[in-house]
Amino acid sequence: MSILVQPDTKVLVQGITGSFGARHTQLSLDYGTRIVAGVTPGKGGQVFEHAGQKIPIFDIVGEAARHTGATVSAIFVPPPFASDAILEAADAGLDLVVCITEGIPVNDMVKVKEALRGRTTRLIGPNCPGVVTPGQGQDSSGGCRIGIAPGYIHKKGHIGVVSRSGTLTYEAVWQLTCRGVGQSTCVGIGGDPVNGTSHLDIIQMFNDDPETHGIIMIGEIGGSAEEEAAAWIQKNGRKPVAGFIAGATAPPGRRMGHAGAIVSGGKGTAAAKIEAFRQAGIGIAATPSEMAATLLKMM
Amino acid sequence: MNLHEFQAKQLLAQRGVPVPAGEVCESADAARKIAEDLFAKGETVVVIKAQIHAGGRGKGTFKNGFQGGVKLCRSAAEVFEKAQAMLGNVLVTKQTGPEGRLVSKLLVAGAPTIKRELYCAVLLDRAAARPVVMASTEGGMDIEQVAADHPEKIIREIIDPALGLLPFQGRKLAAALGLQGGLIAAGAKLLAGLYKTWWECDATLIEINPLCVVAGKDGQPSLLAIDAKMSLDDNALYRHSDLQAMRDLSEEAPLEIQAGKFNLNYIKLDGSIACLVNGAGLAMATMDIIQHYGGRPANFLDVGGGASQEQVAAAFKIILSDPHVEGILVNIFGGIMDCNVIAKGIVGAVRETGLQLPLVVRLEGNNVLAGRKTLAESGVAIITGDSMSDAAQKVVKAVAE
Repeated sequence: MSILVQPDTKVLVQGITGSFGARHTQLSLDYGTRIVAGVTPGKGGQVFEHAGQKIPIFDIVGEAARHTGATVSAIFVPPPFASDAILEAADAGLDLVVCITEGIPVNDMVKVKEALRGRTTRLIGPNCPGVVTPGQGQDSSGGCRIGIAPGYIHKKGHIGVVSRSGTLTYEAVWQLTCRGVGQSTCVGIGGDPVNGTSHLDIIQMFNDDPETHGIIMIGEIGGSAEEEAAAWIQKNGRKPVAGFIAGATAPPGRRMGHAGAIVSGGKGTAAAKIEAFRQAGIGIAATPSEMAATLLKMM
Repeated sequence: MNLHEFQAKQLLAQRGVPVPAGEVCESADAARKIAEDLFAKGETVVVIKAQIHAGGRGKGTFKNGFQGGVKLCRSAAEVFEKAQAMLGNVLVTKQTGPEGRLVSKLLVAGAPTIKRELYCAVLLDRAAARPVVMASTEGGMDIEQVAADHPEKIIREIIDPALGLLPFQGRKLAAALGLQGGLIAAGAKLLAGLYKTWWECDATLIEINPLCVVAGKDGQPSLLAIDAKMSLDDNALYRHSDLQAMRDLSEEAPLEIQAGKFNLNYIKLDGSIACLVNGAGLAMATMDIIQHYGGRPANFLDVGGGASQEQVAAAFKIILSDPHVEGILVNIFGGIMDCNVIAKGIVGAVRETGLQLPLVVRLEGNNVLAGRKTLAESGVAIITGDSMSDAAQKVVKAVAE
């Protein structure tokens, strides 16, 4: 097993005909992911072709799910339309929606959070690299790659990785793979201040997943999601966890690229998060180069 | 994006938040004219306030020696004289840094007698993923200090975004602020206007500090927003052309504006080691690792996930415009992006800028072998790093030498 997605998970892509969505759909198909449908309003009936595969395009998410059995959506829709795309996927009853889009207004996400309360649909992101469950094949192909992460850096195995940042996730995954250590599932939860799934949600899933034997949790300045996850791990964690917090040198009051990466009112500092990790018994990587090594020392 | 006090007050007033009568101006003559009108309408004291995007104006000092960016005046002649001292001069406050900010606009407004100073604000509660209205009886103070010393003096009301701020929530907050009688309804109305402004403008923060109980002209106490601070969600600006027009480029760092034109995310810091990185998280981590090994980062720079040769060249020019830079660390994890494109961009930029400073490059990821070959065969003096820590140590060492 793994968490969230398996190699046989059927995925549809909202925004499949845009250049970004199309490029990453091709890469996911090359990786062996079961992309079964695309959705672009007004282009229903057309076909997305890649390497001999023909993916039908629909106007409506519900229609695409009914015809193809897709249970997961990847969203590559531009920011003004992305929150609507998320809610359409939830309305269609999908299990999981992974929103890659960066730059969605915060208030749009506040509304999405309200609308998703009490629903079974889980949202990952927005502003995230997505989810990868590596496969058995060469360069981990045959797995489920949803989003924009490079597939080949992965290796099938037993470490769960969760992070707010894309490139830091790749860094951690690559450090593991280079040491011959594989991953169960790697999840980028996104760098926005309001997101669908928190560090804690993913940590709980990894804790319950028998295939996951250890966890790397990568956080950054802003908010208190890392502290909440750390407090839960202290009480309930059954697996070794190593972590890194980015942004110790960031000046307060400035947004560091990610909309959510900001120290404001003295809250959300790297120092407070690192202290929460320390108290929870989470192994702290002194530098981002030591994320994998810190975890492997604990295992 | 941040707004000026006068802009925030305009937006608040349009939605029912009472603010002192006044106008903004750019000359001492105009300031005198506004003051004459205010005195004619019965104001007995008028305040002139320097409009810059930084707090601490009242206690600030102008580089010409003039004390204070907020001044109370009792005559139009006094307004003229003080406006002359402020306009065109640089105001240094505890938030501007030693370089200060040029004052080119003044807000001239009525200054009624203040009876009580309160505080209110709207912002996002990230943990609840809902807006929160915060209020405190400790107005006019640094609210972070109040939160640290007397957290019980800060009242919070979480708002259901589907419903907005409900009238009873406004009354609860008003009562908790110690308002009585007619001021309860006035306070609730003011808070409703504040919340409406926050939501409709896609603000990330609006702070009214102080919110004051003043002696009204009829002798009855009334409420006025004496100062206001407002920041907007950059991601939502596309749907607010009126707010886009309020952007004041003179308040932003020129290098950051230049970077924005190339879709680069650049923030200037005060160290000596510049970095050029793909991805916000990795860029922060690169700054951290430079510091870990004893160096000081000169900037945050995220070139994004799909950087082109042109962007890399622009990024080099921007980091080299900072005279404090003594060395450069390029850290690229090219997951999808082609490392060879980045390598060609680096070589081109080094040649174009005639770079003399030590340059350490760590390339990893897609097509990395071709990228490393491009660097090695370029004839350009580049120190390569095998990992982030190797590269960081090398750049710190090179700068120290």
